[in-house]
Amino acid sequence: MTARIDKCFASCRAENRAALVIYSMAGDPDPETSLSILKALPKAGADIIEFGMPFTDPMADGPAIQAAGLRALKAGQTTVKTLDLVRRFRADDADTPVILMGYFNPIYVYGVGRFLADAKSAGIDGLIVVDLPPEEDDELCLPTLAAGLAFIRLATPTTDDRRLPAVLANTAGFVYYVSITGITGAATPDFRQVSDAVARIKRHTPLPVVVGFGVKTGADAAAIAEGADGVAVGTALVNAVKASLDTEGRATSKTVESVAKLVEGLAAGVRSVTKAKAA
Amino acid sequence: MTAQPQPNTFRAGPDERGHFGTFGGRFVAETLMPLILELEQAYGQAKSDPAFQAEMASYLTHYVGRPSPLYFAERLTEHLREVSTASGLSGGAKIYFKRDELNHTGAHKVNNVLGQILVARRMGKRRIIAETGAGQHGVATATLCARFGLDCVVYMGAVDVERQKPNVFRMKMLGAEVVPVQSGTRTLKDAMNEALRDWVTNVADTFYCIGTVAGPHPYPMMVRDFQCVIGRETREQMMQAEGRLPDSLVAAIGGGSNAIGLFHPFLDERQIEIYGVEAAGHGLTHLHAASIAGGRPGVLHGNRTYLLMNDDGQIQDAHSISAGLDYPGIGPEHSWLHETGRATYLSATDDEALAAFQLCCKLEGIIPALEPAHALAKVIELAPKKAKDHLMVMNLCGRGDKDIFTVAEHLGAAM
Repeated sequence: MTARIDKCFASCRAENRAALVIYSMAGDPDPETSLSILKALPKAGADIIEFGMPFTDPMADGPAIQAAGLRALKAGQTTVKTLDLVRRFRADDADTPVILMGYFNPIYVYGVGRFLADAKSAGIDGLIVVDLPPEEDDELCLPTLAAGLAFIRLATPTTDDRRLPAVLANTAGFVYYVSITGITGAATPDFRQVSDAVARIKRHTPLPVVVGFGVKTGADAAAIAEGADGVAVGTALVNAVKASLDTEGRATSKTVESVAKLVEGLAAGVRSVTKAKAA
Repeated sequence: MTAQPQPNTFRAGPDERGHFGTFGGRFVAETLMPLILELEQAYGQAKSDPAFQAEMASYLTHYVGRPSPLYFAERLTEHLREVSTASGLSGGAKIYFKRDELNHTGAHKVNNVLGQILVARRMGKRRIIAETGAGQHGVATATLCARFGLDCVVYMGAVDVERQKPNVFRMKMLGAEVVPVQSGTRTLKDAMNEALRDWVTNVADTFYCIGTVAGPHPYPMMVRDFQCVIGRETREQMMQAEGRLPDSLVAAIGGGSNAIGLFHPFLDERQIEIYGVEAAGHGLTHLHAASIAGGRPGVLHGNRTYLLMNDDGQIQDAHSISAGLDYPGIGPEHSWLHETGRATYLSATDDEALAAFQLCCKLEGIIPALEPAHALAKVIELAPKKAKDHLMVMNLCGRGDKDIFTVAEHLGAAM
């Protein structure tokens, strides 16, 4: 059920490197450009795509991702359209895992059962829903696992050893370690502490551990890649989209190209680190 | 509307997971989860500690100025009896005001803030953050932080900073840092988002003092408990004044903390009618802030409750003349009381609230806040239809000094 995700981590492991996980906001700045970005990501070196579901009130995100979501909503993005973009991406790409990342309300309003059926048929591999801790597993996590999709949980610096088993219990695909206490796009993490935290999580689970929040450059990615199975980057990409827009907020000929260039740099960073062969 | 089962008691909620029926819960990022569990534990210990209760009681008496009077609004009663007679009913309820506008800082907000600040001190937290809309909760938080020597940061939508300048200045005088929030729609919901972002970032030393009965469990329960002093006093005072309990209760609802504080101690006397009044703004088919009348269940700011949103689950802007009611949600316990039918939720428009505001000034010599003016607008409708021995209590939860500029603008008066 997590076949595409498992296969992706296995092939990265075979290359003795970490996976590059790239976040892009669905429908930013418009649906067609968003699809072009989606298609460009694997070619530029992204191994896994986190596709952001826009929400008006993203309480765990920084200003860059919130603004990207509002741009997408302004351009008319909806949950139906987000699923449709993935369906169109999947028509040309059978291998790259696509994880939807967002907040619960749009899914709840869409209807959990209908959402899971539509997400699965669109070719989505898993979900990351920021405002659903293990205490609310009945809402979406358990139905997601039952539907055969991965539910990827966030572990954070405040998740201590006592709590970690509960956080990992119903996690599938991989674990997403939030490297800082804070919002997306904020402080750069202390790489030493991150590496200790990843080691701590790995003592509790055989799942791959991906690290995100605050990773901005190829050098950051390389530093994280030392200890983690994957590196996630979001705000930097969203900023690249924003910087490429014209004064009216529309995509330009540079939009897809500048995103691809950023991802190539990050991919080079990740690939610059050869990891010790797993035992 | 989904009919929810009728419980044996309406006062036992929430369950251990923070649910009132299907509402409430803990929909927060993992980073915050350990913090709200720690708060739940600390609050549970405080609640059962007689020393904490004694400390609360002492400050409520000597600092806040409780109990607030239960006042017979004689001229309003007479006026509405004339209205009743004119319509051929010869009734007109006897109307009492619970005078929470006489509290220190001018509203009910301080009851809750005092409780949370005392809990924060027990937890050893030195930095307090809060969100505010109209600024009343911000002022109350800044006040208690000054009193106890704590750092205070208040998040306020940039739009609200502009329209509530006197309160911004009050908070600054009291030593708080006021952060204008520029994200999203730059109003109360965005201030709450920004406060949550601060909390997620400063987990070690920071206590988030939420201003209403919303947010993740245990907030809706804890804030309600601190506000229940309103209803407990009302019970005693009404017994003294009339020798019996009231027949109906009326309160305005933004998030709903003053209302639940009045209602909760009476929930199990099922003969008592309970009315919450939401802000209908320009009218329910236009811009408004009535989550129950015009919204549907969804998940925001840590709980499931009635919300204003579009068909795709995106949160919509609320509108009310009263900045304190200008929120696209409502406390989860109210959503549950609505679905069980225990409380009735009405709404009053900006214009109805303005008319009630003026009537209160002229007949009772009390300038009410625009929030309770919404409740008063429905008292004006309900009271003439009741018999003369019907006892109606309205929570006059805030005073109107802060609103005189807004009212002047709407009446076209130059200040």
